[in-house]
Amino acid sequence: MANIMIRQGEKGLTFYLPKRDLEASIESIEFDTPEKWGGELKLDNGGSYYIDPIAKPPRLPISLRAKRLGAAED
Amino acid sequence: MSTMTREETEALIAEVLEVYPDKAKKDRTKHLAANDVSVEQSKKCITSNRKSLPGVMTIRGCAYAGSKGVVWGPIKDMIHISHGPVGCGQYSRAGRRNYYVGTTGVDTFGTMNFTSDFQEKDIVFGGDKKLAKLIEEVEQLFPLHKGISVQSECPIGLIGDDIESVSKKATVAIEKPVIPVRCEGFRGVSQSLGHHIANDAIRDWVLDKRDGQTYESTPYDVAIIGDYNIGGDAWATRILLEEMGLRVVAQWSGDGTIAEMMNTPKVKLNLLHCYRSMNYISRHMEEKYGIPYMEYNFFGPTKIVESCRKIAAFFDDSVKEKTEAMIARYQVMMDAIIAKYKPRLQGKKVMLYVGGLRPRHVIGAYEDLGMEVIGTGYEFAHNDDYDRTIKEMGDATLLYDDVTGFELEEFVKRLKPDMVGSGIKEKYIFQKMGIPLRQMHSWDYSGPYHGYDGFAIFARDMDIALSNPTFKNLTPPWKKVAEEEVKKAA
Repeated sequence: MANIMIRQGEKGLTFYLPKRDLEASIESIEFDTPEKWGGELKLDNGGSYYIDPIAKPPRLPISLRAKRLGAAED
Repeated sequence: MSTMTREETEALIAEVLEVYPDKAKKDRTKHLAANDVSVEQSKKCITSNRKSLPGVMTIRGCAYAGSKGVVWGPIKDMIHISHGPVGCGQYSRAGRRNYYVGTTGVDTFGTMNFTSDFQEKDIVFGGDKKLAKLIEEVEQLFPLHKGISVQSECPIGLIGDDIESVSKKATVAIEKPVIPVRCEGFRGVSQSLGHHIANDAIRDWVLDKRDGQTYESTPYDVAIIGDYNIGGDAWATRILLEEMGLRVVAQWSGDGTIAEMMNTPKVKLNLLHCYRSMNYISRHMEEKYGIPYMEYNFFGPTKIVESCRKIAAFFDDSVKEKTEAMIARYQVMMDAIIAKYKPRLQGKKVMLYVGGLRPRHVIGAYEDLGMEVIGTGYEFAHNDDYDRTIKEMGDATLLYDDVTGFELEEFVKRLKPDMVGSGIKEKYIFQKMGIPLRQMHSWDYSGPYHGYDGFAIFARDMDIALSNPTFKNLTPPWKKVAEEEVKKAA
């Protein structure tokens, strides 16, 4: 589990992992409805993370706990 | 628009790396690249923020340099204790030219060095008592200081001193903030982690201290984040923002105070200049206080106009009108400067190797003068910096991350730029090779370079470096030997 931050960027959502200073844009988010938001996040660097689905946050950025599903290739 | 094709640049990299052993070659190859503007993501072409290769000459600093030297140091009304042996603080004292207003030693302490001067007995028995005594003495000798930060040097982490507990006790005793910063030099691969640690310390110990207090705000409150007032940069920026009708509440951290930092959560917009060293706190404020942040670039008229319009877009029409009026007013001055210097500088080639934001931010300023940047690189950037750099640079130009002394020299020998922009460690090497160098860390004891007034100084400085007649008369020693041999043979 790692703390991450999701932010509204100029072109869609961006993903930020403070521990590793890693910034990437989110290519797809599994659930994107007002009631259910989250699930698997696919990043443009090849990595993927999972956040527990929650109600869509009223304001971004938001800090969340995320589980790493697949690491970005280094 | 580059003078080299992609194949030539790649061949050059391969040729320069030829001398390394296989393992080193493999490692360094990842950090050197020919720019590809079509790539969206820098990690596809360049690796960054990795440990430097042992045995090469790197130009990086340490976490202490990033925290004390860069982020905390310029906060003028605080006393920054270099906690540990004397050298770290003394050899970096006042080297960064962070200008400030105030009476040094009375109410401001920017250029002074405070250290706990660790001796053997402090390493063996711990230095916490010494720190507590030091804080007591500081309070007695400099009663007008507004707070203390304890900047750890390597031994503090190694011997496991509890500076947090000393700081908490001292905060109660002197009734001023005492902030422990765990920025031991061995942390991380470069000064970049020091920036992060310093930002986190500000977040935890400073930022929220005035939350809930009443504050007379205006809709035009902004903060300048990540401008260290080198040679007066932040002042040159501030006058432009004020002319746009904005109120600058805080300067982080050049000529800044701890009170300004505590007031920053009340602003409407954070203006972020050095993304690398202060994006952390901007992200935090965006999440916690809902303050948007915006990256801007105040180097060279093209970028200034672009940035000012982007800033004005956050505010109402009165700001937009004032911004346009300001741009029009300064355009006359800029046209005169460009008319004077562009014919002298047109077509000259520059190579840069700096840290932070300058390897990409100053490209616009050089282009305004008709010059071309043929190679650029960062000491301690991360992937997101290179993402931003790729778009600024021409196709197939050279990018180098954490370049070694040898590589940079070889690149300069082959690419033959008209000038190099780097630091003091590179300056005399390249000047002896007959290539003018401007220090882009300290503005070569000139400045400011930010803003419209800064551009005038920037243009003049580039001209005096490039037009210096010295370099025409300077034959480097190795060429002299070659000439003599030719004579002998004849």
